[in-house]
Amino acid sequence: MVRIITAYGGLLLKAMGQTLLLALCGLIFACILGLIFGLLSVIKNRACNIIATIFVDVIRGVPMIVLAYFIYFGVPYMWNTILGIGGMNLTALQAGTICLALNCGAYMAEIIRAGIQSVDKGQMEAARSLGLPYWKAMQKVVLPQAIRTMIPSIINQFIITLKDTSILSVIGFPELVNTAKNVVANTFMSFQTWIIVGIMYLIVITILSRTAKALERRLNRGRE
Amino acid sequence: MKKLVSVALVGVMALSMLVGCGAKEAAAPAAEAAPAQTEAAAETAGAKSFVIATDTVFKPFEYTDESGAFVGIDVDILAAIAEDQGFTYDLQSLGWDSAIAACQAGQADGMIAGASITDERKESGWIFSDGYYDATQCMTVAADSDIATFADLKGKTVGVKTGTQGAAYAESLKDENGFDITYYEDSPTMYQAVLGGQVVACFEDTPIMKASIQEGDLALKVLDDSQNAGSPYGFAVFSADKQELIDLFNAGLKNIKSNGKYDEILAKYLG
Repeated sequence: MVRIITAYGGLLLKAMGQTLLLALCGLIFACILGLIFGLLSVIKNRACNIIATIFVDVIRGVPMIVLAYFIYFGVPYMWNTILGIGGMNLTALQAGTICLALNCGAYMAEIIRAGIQSVDKGQMEAARSLGLPYWKAMQKVVLPQAIRTMIPSIINQFIITLKDTSILSVIGFPELVNTAKNVVANTFMSFQTWIIVGIMYLIVITILSRTAKALERRLNRGRE
Repeated sequence: MKKLVSVALVGVMALSMLVGCGAKEAAAPAAEAAPAQTEAAAETAGAKSFVIATDTVFKPFEYTDESGAFVGIDVDILAAIAEDQGFTYDLQSLGWDSAIAACQAGQADGMIAGASITDERKESGWIFSDGYYDATQCMTVAADSDIATFADLKGKTVGVKTGTQGAAYAESLKDENGFDITYYEDSPTMYQAVLGGQVVACFEDTPIMKASIQEGDLALKVLDDSQNAGSPYGFAVFSADKQELIDLFNAGLKNIKSNGKYDEILAKYLG
């Protein structure tokens, strides 16, 4: 164990950095996608609702490992060979970010939809009857209330996504699990390596969820 | 009534957890005792029995053929040695990472998975048999690639498979030639990455690479002058009390090398 830390500690820390980088990139785009598709599913427009439903159903219906292979290998292949446009080359980070953004985005869309729908209908009706336009009412009245109920689920989704980065080890992104497999193969010390990796994830995720809890308390201040 | 049901459910769950833990604790010593018993039983029958772990796909050392049979050089060598030395075994195709873990945990007695004999692995407490195959590593590029030497790799990315000597070879060339390395988990993904242009080249064991190109009709080419000196593959066990298995393996290997069986097996898979 000590030998792994002294010989590979730096490498594992660097890999943790890559994990966090990938998770951050993925989450930023996931929030954007989630907001877009979440709003598309609540507004009163049938075409928009159908688009949002298709997005959520397709992404939720495909395991992330399949999505990862498809985006990393399939998309450039279709672009370059089948469509014959050529010149497309996704790095593992780009493919990983797209993959996480799509996957997490679909779940975020559902969280946002549920959050908005959990706000009493009367709130929107009251705001509209006071003369606020639809988007103003959404922005000033409904969303601030919805966000409070969404926060715990969103934090939960963030943590799941952070752990899901480990799936992207299959496309060769040098995140923590991918690097740990290298360490195991070099040293043949399986348990020791996985214990260290497990503790590293645990520390990072604990910090993340504690911070999120503090944030949640702040947002809820003065509510009760 | 509802309350009663929920209390009962919680009770059942708690009980099952307790039983679960208890069973595990009880199972651990039993598992330790079991090999001893089977060994003892086998000894009276004149044969010892071992659990051997291996990889899932490492062509042509182990793979599943068209008929669904698990075959390969490792598989045949082990069978020949077992026959020669008069022991029986249960070969389990666990995958590379799991095979390592299984040996460490004592769930398997040894592993044969085209594992190169390295000092770093020995330092971790692994014991290797004599080398049973000398593999060289080589660089492979897409068939239409204009990369011909290591120097052409400057600023590019190459693919390797986690834990292979190909990876070690690429790592040794990395700084001098200024390229990056991406680690894949299995050979098919790595080949796909070269074909798809995600990486410009890959480093793989020469016999495996050549066999894969030929059988899969892949648009790849091996750069013959990129080969290194090579290193031997060994059969490995984790603890010193499995030394007996290593002795059996070494003795058997010597015999099958001298009676021609070894060459027969290599010829069968490598042509």
